[in-house]
Order: sequence, then C-alpha cells, then structure tokens
Amino acid sequence: MQEHDLSFVRVEMLAAQPAPRSERGFLSWLQGNLFSSVPDAILTLVALVILALVLPPVLNWLLLDAQWTGTDRSFCATVAQGGIQPDGWSGACWAFVNAKFETFMFGRYPLDERWRVIVVALLFVGLLVPLLVPSVPRKGLNAVLFFFVFPIVAYFLLVGGWFGLEHVETYLWGGLLVTLVLSFVGIAVSLPFGIVLALGRRSKMPIVKLLCIVFIEAVRGVPLVTVLFMASVMFPLFLPAGVNFDKFLRALVGVSLFASAYMAEVVRGGLQAIPKGQYEGADSLGLGYWQKMSLIVLPQALKLVIPGIVNTFIGLFKDTSLVSIIGMFDMLGIVRQNFSDANWASPQTPMTGLVFAGMVFWVFCFGMSRYSMFMERRLDTGHKR
Amino acid sequence: MASQDTLPHIEPARASFLNDPKVRSVVVQVIVVLLLIAGLWFIVANTIENLRRANIASGFGFLNGRAGFDIAVALIPYDLNMTYGRALIVGLVNTVVVAIAGIVTATIIGFLVGIGRLSGNWLIAKICTVYVEVFRNIPPLLVIFFWYLGVLSVLPLPRDSIEFPLGSFLNSRGLYVPKAIWGEGAWLILVALVLGIAMSVFVARRARARQMATGQAFPVLWTSLGLIIGLPLLAFLVTGMPVTFEVPVLGTFNLSGGMVVKPEFIALYLALSFYTAAFIAEIVRAGIKGVNRGQTEASSALGLRPGQVLRLVVIPQAMRIVIPPLTSQYLNLTKNSSLAIAVGYPDLVAVGGTILNQSGQSIEIVAIWMLVYLSLSIATSIFMNWFNAKMALVER
Repeated sequence: MQEHDLSFVRVEMLAAQPAPRSERGFLSWLQGNLFSSVPDAILTLVALVILALVLPPVLNWLLLDAQWTGTDRSFCATVAQGGIQPDGWSGACWAFVNAKFETFMFGRYPLDERWRVIVVALLFVGLLVPLLVPSVPRKGLNAVLFFFVFPIVAYFLLVGGWFGLEHVETYLWGGLLVTLVLSFVGIAVSLPFGIVLALGRRSKMPIVKLLCIVFIEAVRGVPLVTVLFMASVMFPLFLPAGVNFDKFLRALVGVSLFASAYMAEVVRGGLQAIPKGQYEGADSLGLGYWQKMSLIVLPQALKLVIPGIVNTFIGLFKDTSLVSIIGMFDMLGIVRQNFSDANWASPQTPMTGLVFAGMVFWVFCFGMSRYSMFMERRLDTGHKR
Repeated sequence: MASQDTLPHIEPARASFLNDPKVRSVVVQVIVVLLLIAGLWFIVANTIENLRRANIASGFGFLNGRAGFDIAVALIPYDLNMTYGRALIVGLVNTVVVAIAGIVTATIIGFLVGIGRLSGNWLIAKICTVYVEVFRNIPPLLVIFFWYLGVLSVLPLPRDSIEFPLGSFLNSRGLYVPKAIWGEGAWLILVALVLGIAMSVFVARRARARQMATGQAFPVLWTSLGLIIGLPLLAFLVTGMPVTFEVPVLGTFNLSGGMVVKPEFIALYLALSFYTAAFIAEIVRAGIKGVNRGQTEASSALGLRPGQVLRLVVIPQAMRIVIPPLTSQYLNLTKNSSLAIAVGYPDLVAVGGTILNQSGQSIEIVAIWMLVYLSLSIATSIFMNWFNAKMALVER
C-alpha cells in the first residue's frame, strides 16, 4: 500500500464562479463591441455622430412635430403657405393619411359595397393564418379552401353582378385591394406555371425544352414595365375586333407571366440540386413521369428552394407597384394620386404619403421574409448537403 | 437447341404502343407545335386585321419620321426635328448612363454595407442591418418617388441654392456643376490618361511576375497612381493648359452657365444605387461567410497580417461565390432603370412610350425594347462570365 500518494482526484464539482469582472457587465460589453481597438472606437464615434445628426430630426418629423388630426391642408401648412403652422414648421401630416385611409385601402370602390371587400379580407386572413401556423390540423382541406374555393368566392364578392350584388367595375378598384389581388393572383398562378416551365426546361423533348427556354429567357431579359406595356397595348391587338378584355385582367396576365419566368428559374435550381439517384430510384420503382415528379422529385426540390420562392413572392409583391405606370391605382398609385388633391396638397403631403405607403409595403415584405426563415428552419431535416 | 423445344416461345408482355416513351414524346411535341402554330396564326391574323382597320402601317419605316417632341436630357445632339430613330438612341444612351453610374455606386455602397454587417462593431453592424432590411422590403418605385418628391423637390429655389465647393450649386432644378471646355490640344491629355493606365497594367504584370520569380515586391500602387495622375497632368502643362472650366453663376432667378444634372437623373440614380446596394450587401455578406474559417486561421498561422488575410485569401475566394448573383443584380438594376418613366427621365422606355403614343407603332416599339434589353442583358452576362472565369480559383 502506498502511504504517500500525492495524486489528487476531485470528487465533487467546484461551485461555479461568476465570470471575471472584466468580462461581464455593461462596460466590458462596450469595450468588446464598440471600442475594441482605436479604429473601432473612431468608427463608433463617427457612427454616433451621424446618428445624433440624423435621428432627432427624423423622429421629430415622424412623431413629435407631426400633425395628427385635421380636416384639410391648412393643418399641415405654415402660415406663409396658407395654413396654421408657424413658419419653418416641418412635420409629417398624418392627418392626411387619417382622412384618406379608406381611399388608400379600397380606392374608389363604392362606399355602400365596401363591406364585400372587408368580408373577402376577413376570409383571406381567416384561411391564411391557420395555413401558416404549423400546429393547426387539416392543412389539406385548408389549402383547398384557400387556393380553390376562396378565389371563386372572392371573385363573386368583389366583382359582383350575381346574387343581387351590384356589379363593380375594376377601374373603381384601388389601393391595397388592388395590390393584394394582383399579388395573390400572381403568386397563385406563377407557382404552378413556374413549376411546369421548369420541368419543361429540363424535359428531354427538344421542342418543349426550346419553347420553355425562349419564354423564360425572353421574359427575364426585359423589365416588367415593358411586359406591362405589352399587356396593356398589344393584347387588344392580338384579339379579334370587338373582344375587349378588362385592363385589370391584362395587368394580371402581365404580372403573372413575368413572375412565372422567375419562379421557373428558382424551381429549376431546386430540380438540379436533387441527386440523380432520386430520379433513377423513382424510375426503378416503375413510377411514370408525373408520379416521379410529384411524389419524389418536386417535394424535395421545392423544399430546397423555399427561400428563393418567397424571395420571388416578395419581388412580385413589390413589383405590383409598377401597375401605376400603366394607369392603375394600386397602393402606391393611389397615394400618389392623392398628392394632388387640392384639399390636402401641402409641402408635407408627398413625403407623409410615401412614408405611409413604404411602411405598408415594408410590413408585408418583412413579414414574408421572416416567415420564410422560420419555415426554412422548421423544414430543415438535416439532410442538406 | 433443345431448350427451345421444351420452352414454349412466349411473347414478352408488350407494353401498349401508347406507353412507349419515344412515341409519347413525339406525339406530345407534335401537339405542342400544332397548338403553337394555331395560337400564332390566331394572333397574327387578328393583329393584321386590327392594324389594317386602324390604318397603321407596320414595319420599321416610321423610325425615319420626324420626332417632334423634345427630350430634356440628351447627351448626344438632339432636337425635335430629328427622327424617331435618333430619339430612341438618345433614350438608349440615357439608359446606359444611369445604369453604369448606378452599378458603380451600388457596388461601392453594397460592399461597404455588406462588410459592415459582419463588423465586430455592434453599432456599425446594427446600422448596416437596418439599412438592408429597410431597402430590401420596399418597392424600388417608392424609393425613386422618395428621392424625387420627398427630397429633391423640396430643395430651395434657384436663388436660394445650396452652394457646394468648387463652384457647384444644388437647387430644385438640379445640381449645377462646372463644365469643362476642351480647348485645342486637349486630346493629348486623354491620350496621356490612356497611356498611363496601359503602363500601370504593364507595370503591375511585370511586378507580379518578378515577385513570383524572385520574391521581391514592387510598390505597384504608388507607381500606378503616379502614372495615371502624373502623365495627364504633364500633358496638361505641356500643351499650355487647354482645358478651362465654365463655372455656373448665380443670377437673380436662375443659374447660368456650367453643366446641370437634372433632378430626375439624380432621383433615379440615387434610388437605383441605394435599392440595389441592399441586395449586393447581402450577397457580399453571404460570400464572405461562405469562406471556410480554416482559411482565415491558416493564413494567420502563415504570418499574414489581417489586411493581407482579407486581400489575399478571403476576398479572392469570396468573389467566387459573389460574382454570379452580383451579375443578376446588375441586370436587375439595368432593368429597373426603366422605372425612369415614372419621374420623367427620358430613358429608352420613356422615349419609346412617347413614340408609341404618337405613332401607334406598338409592336415595333415593344420589339425594340425587348431587343435592346436582351442585348444589354447578354452583354453584361458575357462580361461578368469572363470576369467570373478569371476570378475562379483553378482547381488542380
């Protein structure tokens, strides 16, 4: 037996010690993140100075000096401009947005019929939210309702002319209503159409492949403005005399075609990322082409490209603002149109309206991008190569 | 062969003729072609009929007609008595100018913001993140209006112009800058500039070759700067200073002289730059994050300084990831420049739209638009593919 065993084995854990004083607390955070070196400190100081110069005026303009209530332009104009504000005043004219809010949402949709738009909006939210929340059951039924039943109901409600509902011409539509209808239809059409185009581009049939390549590259090579011009000017030429279809519908067709080409390229990226073994495995199971694609390849491919698909949706949503160039009044178009309203025209009106429209667009796009990041994490099965 | 006698000859189960993939593919393609021809026939017949009734002569003959409208920004000589064709070329030049200016600025802002988002400095990283998230999520058209209606149109009137150094003025009618007047012999300065750039490229190549062979470095940067600035300066002095500057002068109501950059151009240029920069920043960030951390550590272990690590190891590898999406952003910017029509900057689409309204030649105008934008896209793609091939690391 050894009597002088010097080795020491600790049997119980030491109590955890707090981090050293220099590694915790606000000051060390400051030192680590803002003043870790001399150039870093200079950068921080420059950024602080810029923020100090920019933020107070912006916040003042947006909130403190802003005019929240009022009935006409005099509330948002200085004395020299014929209003009640002191000279040199500058602030957001939220009273303008407040007064025009319904117009920004519905456009010139008849006042008595606006409940129809609200019903459609409620249906939209009521069907979309359960579809987006992963834990809600019955996704299949929900998707069928959202993508097939809802558009039909919405069409009858919005356009009217049936069941005693008054017919509402599409030139009366405007504001957020137009933006959302254009985006919804664009998204609902471009995804299946884009998948078909992408499959066509990877098809073994030379003629189908060529047609798909020509369509995709031609559409992707030109700006949306020219596609919209084409839709609004050339479509009437293509049809027999007397057949006249709605301007709104023409814009819808233009936007959907445009988005489909972009969607096709995103889906193609996903198709290319699927290993050849998956295709061969499906073949050896005796699946036909459509079975192979819909059961084996597309579920994997689409999952891979969810970020790309949502980016295309976001791009489409932002691009709907371009229809104002061909004379339709989407969210941005109707805000701009109201700048010239004599009752509200003041130097502060344009900026206020643009900031409001920007916030609306931002909320939608930011929401979409955050949701896509959430889905990406959820669907990540760890098989990513 | 006995086996043939014992085994009765069984026909293999023949798949139906209709299930043969080859037959199917031929049938499908024939149907597609027939549908396409029928569709085209329908469209062409209707179009011819509609054009005949509207009394519009098709063809590109109208390009020789008198334009009769003025263009606010013309970089090549133009007046309203010139032809439609000339007007379209003026528009094309304007498109190219705003696209190139926007691409350069967006790249610079985008790289700064993208690197800034990865900065260890919390404040800088947050500011860059806010910038990216704001601009990525609003429509480019709104950014253009923001600059045009929100910022530039509330600038002071000409008589209260904001004065900048070097005789420049900013007011609601645009940015007035001194105009260079090229005197006799001024072409020598340009020649000297080209010569300086060519010599710098040569010096850089030789210096690189020598460093590869002997390990001796050569101060390329300072030599090139000296050549590119020094040679034209020398030519300027030798030819007797032929370039003079016409400075804008503030009159009672307006500025006279100098060169004016229209607010429409400034709005479009700033909007395209700021909007696209947000996307470029994300691409740059992804590119730098895509470089393996081991690369940075290995180069530090080799004794490279942090600046050298970034310049010699990280960025060349990041560029491989960055260039392809960067190309598509450049193409997007070029295409987004067609939003010029919303603020009245006379680019190709705006000029084309005016001609379309005047002459009704919609098919021809749309065809020209498509052709030009497709060519611009292809030209940018070819250049960027060449650049990509040059930057790609050769794998051994």
